[in-house]
Amino acid sequence: MSKREVSFTVNGAAHTVLVYPMERLLDVLRCELGLTGTKEGCGEGECGSCSVLMNGELVNSCLVPVLQAEGATIGTIEGLAGASGLHPVQQAFLKCGGAQCGICTPGMVMATVHLLGHTPAPTMEQVREGLGGNLCRCTGYTRIFDAVLEAAGRQK
Amino acid sequence: MRARPSEYELVAPGSLPAVLALLAGEPGSWMPIAGGTELMVQYGAGKLGARKLVSLWGLPELRSIESTGEEVLIGAGCTYTDLRNDAVVAREFPLLGRAASWTGSIANQNRGTLGGNIVNGSPAADSLPALMVYEAELLLASVRGTRRVAYVEFHTGYKQTRLAPDEIIRAIALRPQFAAYHAYSRKVGTRNAQAIAKLCLAGLAKTSGNQIEDVRLAIGSMAVTPVRLRRTEEILLGRPWGGALISEARQALETEVAPIDDIRSSALYRLHVAGNLLQEFLEGLFA
Repeated sequence: MSKREVSFTVNGAAHTVLVYPMERLLDVLRCELGLTGTKEGCGEGECGSCSVLMNGELVNSCLVPVLQAEGATIGTIEGLAGASGLHPVQQAFLKCGGAQCGICTPGMVMATVHLLGHTPAPTMEQVREGLGGNLCRCTGYTRIFDAVLEAAGRQK
Repeated sequence: MRARPSEYELVAPGSLPAVLALLAGEPGSWMPIAGGTELMVQYGAGKLGARKLVSLWGLPELRSIESTGEEVLIGAGCTYTDLRNDAVVAREFPLLGRAASWTGSIANQNRGTLGGNIVNGSPAADSLPALMVYEAELLLASVRGTRRVAYVEFHTGYKQTRLAPDEIIRAIALRPQFAAYHAYSRKVGTRNAQAIAKLCLAGLAKTSGNQIEDVRLAIGSMAVTPVRLRRTEEILLGRPWGGALISEARQALETEVAPIDDIRSSALYRLHVAGNLLQEFLEGLFA
């Protein structure tokens, strides 16, 4: 099989990459574009470490063949902080101690950004559902959920 | 072992007719892929047998939910998120909307499709018992035209279906005729977002006085395919409500299904809990 060009926008910048169409979006982001903030955990869509936004929707980038991202708008953890500093969700994770080893953190943050985009003032039940696809083996989740609620307060 | 991307072909023809023409040209050699929540897992583990894939993701012909008056046509490419967000599904087919909300995490609901779930044919799929009690029909499309198959007859064995090699599911047809029915469903598992069901029961019933006038029951994760519980339904019809009827229905259920023993649960546990769910459903009808 041969490589082909695939074009998409990542964090506001247009990219065209020469790739095999079945390459995982996760690998293209990390290896072709150097965006290593998106992590691989399980590689089978269960842990959420590779969460990114594709056309505004949260997806596991390990399960997206890159050809299906043709023309898409992708958002990764690297695109959140702006000139004025960290994104409010990142600030809330820092303030509440919502991270330990850090592997799950980019995915947790992206899932939180997605959740608050749809549900700006979530209940704890909605927080649990919104982050239900993201596994953390360190924190026990409590401080992560605190951070989500903190971020929701900040964004009101 | 990881899959080697160079060994796989993936094309995105961009329209339904172009996809069907490709399938018809070389029947059986192209594997359709929609949201990839199943096939990409196999691919990632180096276990995907198909080497030539054709993408259905983003085809507008597969992504709408339309009411024709007599029925609601759900495009096979609708995601679980689409199902959760649709007002007609919520009003007319609440069991389907609820099952969609149980299926995997939000990220997987954003990519997993109803058509993909049906074709994949996992006996544990959350939405399939709901499709069975709503008596869904599948619209199967190929260059030869479109045919209808009752969903209850679609699965012919473990991960075996009546889909021809040149066909895809275009839509799922449901009749909005259950407004007067009590709707029940319950999934038993360890955690909705990740855990696959140990079992899942869906039920619809209409009562009249102290009797059940009409009832439909289907169960997932109990056999190699989802199962409609017709013998149990027969026992329940037109009989006076009471403890005797509950025990007879539980017995009928136990003889009707031969549960599976697997890593998620034992046959004995499944049988007992299935009876409990049936009883919960029945007691809710006359509470």
